[in-house]
Amino acid sequence: MNLDDLADLAEQYRAIDANVEREVRVCMAASCQSSGAAPVLDALVAGLGESQPACKVKGVGCMGLCSAGPLVSIAHRDGSLEESTIYRDVTADDAADIIASLDGPPVERLRCPTDQPFFARQQKIVLENAGIIDPDSFKGYVAVGGYSALIRALSEMTPADVLREVTDSGLRGRGGGGYPTGLKWSTVAKMPATQKYVICNADEGDPGAFMDRAILESDPHRVIEGMAIAAYAIGANKAYVYVRAEYPLAVERLQTAIRKAKRSGFLGNKIGDTQFSLEVEIRLGAGAFVCGEETALMASIEGLRGQPRPRPPYPAESGLWGYPTLINNVETFANIAPIVREGGEWFASIGTERSKGTKVFALAGTITNTGLIEVPMGTSLRDIIEVIGGGIPGGKAFKAVQTGGPSGGCIPAQHLDIAVDYDSLKTLGTMMGSGGMIVMDETSSMVDVARYFMEFCMTESCGKCVPCRTGTQQMHSILDRLAKSQASRAELALLEELCEVVQATSLCGLGQTAPNPVLSTMRYFRDEYEAKLGDA
Amino acid sequence: MSLQQAKPPLPSDDKRWKLVNATMRRNGYADHALIETLHSVQDAFGFLDEGSLRFVAASLDLPLSKVFGVATFYHLFTLKPKGRHACVVCTGTACYIKGAGGLVERLQERYDINPGETTEDDRLSLLTARCVGACGLAPAIVIDGDVLGKLDSESLIAKLEELT
Repeated sequence: MNLDDLADLAEQYRAIDANVEREVRVCMAASCQSSGAAPVLDALVAGLGESQPACKVKGVGCMGLCSAGPLVSIAHRDGSLEESTIYRDVTADDAADIIASLDGPPVERLRCPTDQPFFARQQKIVLENAGIIDPDSFKGYVAVGGYSALIRALSEMTPADVLREVTDSGLRGRGGGGYPTGLKWSTVAKMPATQKYVICNADEGDPGAFMDRAILESDPHRVIEGMAIAAYAIGANKAYVYVRAEYPLAVERLQTAIRKAKRSGFLGNKIGDTQFSLEVEIRLGAGAFVCGEETALMASIEGLRGQPRPRPPYPAESGLWGYPTLINNVETFANIAPIVREGGEWFASIGTERSKGTKVFALAGTITNTGLIEVPMGTSLRDIIEVIGGGIPGGKAFKAVQTGGPSGGCIPAQHLDIAVDYDSLKTLGTMMGSGGMIVMDETSSMVDVARYFMEFCMTESCGKCVPCRTGTQQMHSILDRLAKSQASRAELALLEELCEVVQATSLCGLGQTAPNPVLSTMRYFRDEYEAKLGDA
Repeated sequence: MSLQQAKPPLPSDDKRWKLVNATMRRNGYADHALIETLHSVQDAFGFLDEGSLRFVAASLDLPLSKVFGVATFYHLFTLKPKGRHACVVCTGTACYIKGAGGLVERLQERYDINPGETTEDDRLSLLTARCVGACGLAPAIVIDGDVLGKLDSESLIAKLEELT
């Protein structure tokens, strides 16, 4: 298959819906389903029936504004099915009103204004298909240009060309570390080995993060396409997606996507009539935060306990079963198809000097608009929280935002104007992480938050190295005593010392970053720690 | 594929063992299929008992200690049977900020069980999860697989009381 054949195929799939004037799209991602999207979809399908062939009802992926779910959007043919009205908090009873309004003005009482900053200020690359295509539909993905990047790479580019585009794009790993993706790919590509592996890390153990879940539930083919391009570039023929068992819907959609891609010749043997073959297999995680750590993740795929090992050797050299292995996160792979399609330079023109492209963030906690957003790197925290997120509800004051999960830290109000990118967050003692942002208002106690994260790290420590195993336990017991106003000043000093030791001597990222929430809250909210001292 | 050893007999004539065997066969009885196999045992039987661990160990030709080590390392695997219903309270950061701790305490008080335990009449298991990824609905609760959000403790208990 060449690009022209694929374009014909896409045209054919678009023609199926050529007579459709309107689409009624119901968000069927996990969050909206939990708020009752399935009955809404059923009611709309039943209500429209066969009576209006020009109107199509379909389930789609995440539209972003989870706090207002279930969401329904109406797209009209003019503007190529793009002009949409969005309805919020829809129930099955509203279906009749929505159907009745299709030819006239929208139902005002349900309307969610699309010109509000939450929608208007976003720039979508990773999520460009989310909320628009049916994640279970292979035809739907091809119709919007899916798999053209893979076929282009296979038919018109050498692996070196692909590596160059990815390197030029300046894309950095979206799992949290921010390691340059092009460099990682090139390292694995250079390894002389007969067998290489690609792994997609879809473990997403950070509490408060749900970007990977939403991407997999909204556009699973996009991730598979990115993995296939990566496999071609580095010379692998076997790939694994390591996905959390806690995300059953994501697993199901991924399975469907792999099956359909294989049946249509985009996975499996001789993809696109070239010599390139790729098998993709799903491996289920079993609930261990440490498996986000790449060496632990590989141990888990091998059927062992998910315990990390020292690096080097890095997985690029000796990974799964000792072979060179490329591990990237879901969002990183989801960025690949647009980079190949539009070129690395285009991608590099978005974002900041050292952090290119966009980033998907999960907004949660005490914030008006909870949900998923995608903004260019370098957007200020204030814009994200106050403008896009709609600020703090209930007239309360903003206190801090926690980024990077248990490996990150808390950012106080005085630093809200910082432009968000990998390096600026590090200067504040926190990190990008996978993109979870948890907003806290004035009622949150920071000592309590630090204790919460330490309890998390303590129970999630795999126990292999002593500093992490016993250090986190000691830190937790001091924080617990602090929270109960029983700790002395000497213990507070000991806590600081422990932070340094655990950070410097732990084997893997879990232990090395476990003290971050404590250090960052101590740095910005020292007075709260002092006020909790038992002998104060 | 390597030479197949004689496979151990099924622990019982329960048809669900066929599902477990199918998983192992699909993976060529390779030792790296251990986690997949344990998932399939737990999906079929609800938990992993000693008999099933022994059976899996013998089938995959692994030492029992290793199988036990893996089964106890991962949070999702449980060696205790669950009740007829399971209530999982998400204790992720967003849910914590929105009061998941209070929900767990209230449930502990009401049913006199700790997280990970089952009521004496076998009706309800109380569990906690690290993050179910439904942060927009915080505090999120999963009752028998269905995610529910934005519940307070009284409406949650009312929902649990409705279960038979």
